[in-house]
Amino acid sequence: MGPEIYIAGIGAITAIGNNVAQCLSSFENEKAGMGDIAYLDTLHRHKMPVAEVKLSNKQLAEITGISTTISRTTLLGLIAAKEALSDAFMDDFSSLRTGFVSANTVGGMDKSEDFFKDFVSDHRKGKLRNVFDHECGCVTEAIADQLGIRDYMTTISTACSSSANAISYGARLIKNNLLDVVLAGGTDALTKFTLNGFNTLMILDKDYCRPFDENRQGLNMGEGAGYVVLVSAEVAKTLSKELYCKLSGYNNSNDAYHQTASSPDGTGPYLAMRGALVKSGLNPSNIDYINLHGTGTPNNDAAEGTAVKRLFDPNYPPMSSTKSFTGHTLGASGGIEAVFSILAIKYGIIYPNLRFETQMHEFSFAPEKRFLTGQTMNHVMSNSFGFGGNCTSLIFSRI
Amino acid sequence: MKIYIRSSACISPQKTFGKVSFLREAVEYNENRLRVIEPNYAEFIDPKLIRRMSHIIKMGVAAAQECLHKSNTIMPGAIITGTALGCLEDTVTFLTRLIELNEEMLPPTAFIQSTHNTVAAQIALMLKCHHYNNTFVHKGISFESALLDATMLLNENEADNILVGGVDEMTDASFTILSRLGLYRRGPVSNFSLFETSSNGTIGGEGAVFFLLTDKPLADNLAELIGIQTFYRPNDVDEIEQKIIAFLELHALQMDDIDLVITGKNGDLKNDKVYYQLSSSLFSNTTVANYKHLCGEYPTSSAFALWLTSMMIRKEDVPLVTIERSAKNTAPKKVMIYNHYLNIYHSLMLVSAC
Repeated sequence: MGPEIYIAGIGAITAIGNNVAQCLSSFENEKAGMGDIAYLDTLHRHKMPVAEVKLSNKQLAEITGISTTISRTTLLGLIAAKEALSDAFMDDFSSLRTGFVSANTVGGMDKSEDFFKDFVSDHRKGKLRNVFDHECGCVTEAIADQLGIRDYMTTISTACSSSANAISYGARLIKNNLLDVVLAGGTDALTKFTLNGFNTLMILDKDYCRPFDENRQGLNMGEGAGYVVLVSAEVAKTLSKELYCKLSGYNNSNDAYHQTASSPDGTGPYLAMRGALVKSGLNPSNIDYINLHGTGTPNNDAAEGTAVKRLFDPNYPPMSSTKSFTGHTLGASGGIEAVFSILAIKYGIIYPNLRFETQMHEFSFAPEKRFLTGQTMNHVMSNSFGFGGNCTSLIFSRI
Repeated sequence: MKIYIRSSACISPQKTFGKVSFLREAVEYNENRLRVIEPNYAEFIDPKLIRRMSHIIKMGVAAAQECLHKSNTIMPGAIITGTALGCLEDTVTFLTRLIELNEEMLPPTAFIQSTHNTVAAQIALMLKCHHYNNTFVHKGISFESALLDATMLLNENEADNILVGGVDEMTDASFTILSRLGLYRRGPVSNFSLFETSSNGTIGGEGAVFFLLTDKPLADNLAELIGIQTFYRPNDVDEIEQKIIAFLELHALQMDDIDLVITGKNGDLKNDKVYYQLSSSLFSNTTVANYKHLCGEYPTSSAFALWLTSMMIRKEDVPLVTIERSAKNTAPKKVMIYNHYLNIYHSLMLVSAC
């Protein structure tokens, strides 16, 4: 299993809160983040709900103190990344080898959309300031520069499993003794590119999504950012604040079935969950809660459910999809849901799977509908699966 | 633990792919955009699939297949790619339609294939490979990040026979935008005289290069990958020198032990300043070679440099077209690649004969 990796800080911004405390409060009040499209300038406004962060770019820029000309993806990422670092009491990490591993799926696409409006008709037109930092890596770099992290940074993009892979990669950088501290996670803002992309695939629910329900109709697009501060055992000993938990297992497997669809037998999800269990040295019966990928699409939930059945039947742990609150935040979802999984361990809570009514006919299990407190939470599994068959599961464990 | 390069395949603007001599017939270009020499993709990909694949997917998949073929590997233990800009052609297609059709009646194919992990995913799909699969998208160190991931997986005993590659495509739109951003020469230039006519701007390129890495000392291994390191925004050339010396010391080496340095010189005055300074200081007693006049400048071009290096070592031959200045023998045993991208991301790779 190798050296232990500890979680020293967390940060998140989503449609249900601009920080971790606000997100927790929305869970307690069972308050979903979806609504009519307020900030994204799109033809689809009033036609489908999305889960937007409830701040305009101007407000985000004011909070972060950087320019509105910067991608919303960077602005969201900076807020959550800063929260995670200060939560870990690590404002000064100059004496430690510190890295930033961040994920996103479309970089500065929101700004590139503005550029292309003019560029499409005339290639001499379009403001270059809207496109020069289009690359995914530019988002990471801009955040790292603001935070003063210089020792190492990189960006991962494996569609909707991106930031779960960023967290395991960050942990491995510490295990390989290349770094002492890694801020890892991901960020993605809602863009017309992704909204329309998912719309062409006809997997968007016109109402609020219903993950793992027999009558689910698709997902709701969301946005946000989620980061965790990973530290080595040596660094953990020096910290004044109580650690959250440890990252005990992770696995990255590929479904190798189809570019966008999941296999009917849930091969990739099954291999990822099983691999993470093996890595952590745990059995299925040790898992106290699964934070499902649970997008609400007919295909994902059937494949993930089949994989859960293969691994856990007949003793199912409580499980739920927090995407019923936050929508699907794409490249940020693994980071955001890692934060929620860590909170589940710290506070002994299980999140409700909102709007669940009818159990899927092919399964003998159903997601948890209530917000539960006082739970014994030793081990929590978090699933993130994406296009390209990229499947990753993480396991967090009580110290 | 030692890490070896078992095989490699390179699709580039030069004749580097398939049964070809090792850069005996370098290709001259008289424009600022170097396009890859396309292989016959039907040899590697089902013709039914080829029609739907964008350029980057085709070159990525073909290079990966050829790399596996060269080492008789059926199933790699992991697939890792680095690509700074990802599937640009499909991204631009979807973005253009989105605007032209005003968000209505859009076809999904371009979107589906626009995600940055598409090349790694398509390789996994063709091979039915369920193993570790990752994609790094960090500007000038995308390939280096992928390579570091591969070396860590080997160190962790998590996988063997790791397929790792660097892939980037140049499209009409990206060439236009990067030209407007001032990356390229204003007028046409011969790639053969790129370094003699140093001025502002370089020439653009693209490519797909894959490697198979193992920790097993096999007789056919091309070379040993001793180390890899990246660093960010050094203050000045002194700091760069210190980083290089420290990197060599980490592997118990000194500059005198290095037979050949391959630099990322690209013909742009500002970009090349660092290389000129180093060649009169730290690199002054070493043979220096360059590669970007062959493949053009692009964010994952260091994968081309690593291919070039492994071939030089394996073939015991430093092609004349690469040599800037000769000081030592021409059958190099230890080679260091030093590249930087826009003076922001710097990378060092150390490769040795087995």
